[in-house]
Amino acid sequence: MTQATKPGLSRRTLLTGAAAGVAASAFPAPMIWAQNIKDITLRQFGTGVSNLNEVAQKVKEDLGFTLEMTALDSDAVTQRAATQPKSFDIADIEYWICKKVWPTGNLQAMDTSKIKNYDKIVGIFRSGKLTPESTIAQGTAPHSVGFTSGPGGKDFVAEESGWMTLIPTIYNADTLGIRPDLIGRPIESWTELLNPEFKGKASILDISSIGIMDAAMVCEAMGEIAYGDKGNMTREEIDKTMAIFTEAKKAGQFRAFWKTFDESVNLMASGEVVIQSMWSPAITAVKSRGIPCVYQPLKEGYRSWGGGIGLSANLSGLALDAAYEYINWYLSGWVGGFLMRQGYYSAVPETSKDFMSENEWGYWFEGKPATDTITNPQGQPMAQAGDVRDGGSFYDRMGAVACWNAVMDENQYMVRKWNEFIAA
Amino acid sequence: MAALFRNRHLTGWLLASPLAAVLAFFLVLPILMIVVVSFWGATEFSIYPAFEFDNYHFLLTSPVTLQVFLNTFKYALVTWALTLGIGFAVAYFLAFHVRSQTWQIALFLLCTIPFWTSNIIRMISWIPFLGRNGLANSTLISWGVIDEPLEWLLFSDFSVILAFVHLYTLFMVVPIFNTMMRIDRSLIEAANDAGASGFQILTNVIIPLCKPGIMIGSIFVVTLVMGDFITVRFMSGSQSANVGRLISNDIALLQYPSAAATAVILLVTVLMVIGTLLRFVDIRKEL
Repeated sequence: MTQATKPGLSRRTLLTGAAAGVAASAFPAPMIWAQNIKDITLRQFGTGVSNLNEVAQKVKEDLGFTLEMTALDSDAVTQRAATQPKSFDIADIEYWICKKVWPTGNLQAMDTSKIKNYDKIVGIFRSGKLTPESTIAQGTAPHSVGFTSGPGGKDFVAEESGWMTLIPTIYNADTLGIRPDLIGRPIESWTELLNPEFKGKASILDISSIGIMDAAMVCEAMGEIAYGDKGNMTREEIDKTMAIFTEAKKAGQFRAFWKTFDESVNLMASGEVVIQSMWSPAITAVKSRGIPCVYQPLKEGYRSWGGGIGLSANLSGLALDAAYEYINWYLSGWVGGFLMRQGYYSAVPETSKDFMSENEWGYWFEGKPATDTITNPQGQPMAQAGDVRDGGSFYDRMGAVACWNAVMDENQYMVRKWNEFIAA
Repeated sequence: MAALFRNRHLTGWLLASPLAAVLAFFLVLPILMIVVVSFWGATEFSIYPAFEFDNYHFLLTSPVTLQVFLNTFKYALVTWALTLGIGFAVAYFLAFHVRSQTWQIALFLLCTIPFWTSNIIRMISWIPFLGRNGLANSTLISWGVIDEPLEWLLFSDFSVILAFVHLYTLFMVVPIFNTMMRIDRSLIEAANDAGASGFQILTNVIIPLCKPGIMIGSIFVVTLVMGDFITVRFMSGSQSANVGRLISNDIALLQYPSAAATAVILLVTVLMVIGTLLRFVDIRKEL
């Protein structure tokens, strides 16, 4: 496990910042603010998805202060947010991690009245409903852990209380990746993962908390198990799910299991595997090698995940103001456009529109055929004119979410069962 | 002061103390730490000091543990037998068939060339070779030996053991070669003169005299295979498990106490295996 920390900010810098904050509030002159904020350094850590150096550079340009990024894997992120509150200012975490970490009191509630674009944040993160007609998916739905009762609150409340735990930043809907050239027929259901037709050519990811969800999507689609909540299974449901998958494993259904992004790309690109759980950028990586690969929408829906940024309980004064400044900037569109051009979604899509071309907006968000070559932020071509995004528009994709990534009450039991499955 | 240094007991202790200190600090202390932590408790994201047997209780009652240990022994045993056969043959060839010392050294160095790269790279390079559309399968198909690609070449016990043998045979060759070179050639001449056949010389003279080398090589191979986790993970495509993988899974999930308990059991098992091996040969006497 890597615990790489970038040197830079010391307690002293923070204290100076805090002292300057006191000075600034005593003599509220804009000049002092503008100069002092340049000395601020905010330490952000999180998983690799949104910890992008481009964002830190742009923050320096637009806001003037320094943002230090540290990328860790999700287990390490959870551990650090829970046990080392002084080691960070901003935590960039997923909502299911928030469910674990928030009760420790290491993060502080955010006042939504200070968030300029709060009203424009997508419904998923506020009421839980994408559109007023939508039903709320199973699992740790972001809105269910998105609000707390007030400053200092360690609980979660159902309604929009005005105090947010995380400000949503990035989210997407995951499904199975397939090799259409090697399968040669339409794939429509999660059940295909265990279809004997693909014996020895299927794969699932060996990260227990996500793997079990994909497994549950399959078992439910097969009609074998009816879950109360796939995101919070009972021991009996876990046993049944793992029994079905262990049987399939023993019958030789799986070619391999993957744990890292690169492994999933290699398995798919080499043709060892033709159908497997996959993440959106991995599909792109396979495609960029000139190999056909589809992020197949399935009739049972998507498994979705979302991340957001939380503020350390230790933040105060000028540093806290800078953090709010950063959040407002994050939602103001540039980052959203940057993320959406990689296939993720922004929490405030309408502000991102100004930072994307009409063609990009049409392709990524509206699900329209591209009118010209679509490139990612690094300039690599991702799609040609006429291509349509797998799964279609934002509302088609996010409207078909069946389950959110979650942490279960029976998590430790599930992990042990998962290990048995891998060893079986 | 001078009298103090003349005290032989004291100088003896002083001379031994640097090594003792190094071993105590870098070997004994960490192992003690692991033993201590193995009795601790863990929540999902933290560990707390305690003295409880939960970790051991779960480990020793889980059917998976037995299965995984058996799997680990299987890998160790098969790898040991293959590396011993190949390693002995290579060492024998180098020691007795290659006459000139220059050639011996040159060929010996040749054996070590693969070790110029990292062992993970040597292992991973098998993957494209053995894959469904890999070099091995496409060659066999083009020769007409097989019609369908062989699935068991990759992500199977076969590929795991292949990688182990490839990685660890040299650890067998070196000590065996070393003991063979120390065998007094007049013993072999004497055996010849006494009318022993080549096979009799091998079984009655060379093998008994090579025992320490075989034993050292065996200890290397067995401990390396039993402690491995990365080879099994990559070459089996995460589909098989050995004890090392149990430990690495626990660590990834922040379950350090449970990982420590597994490590303690593994350590005890390996020590027992080595203890058994050492009963066959008194290495200190033979060296």
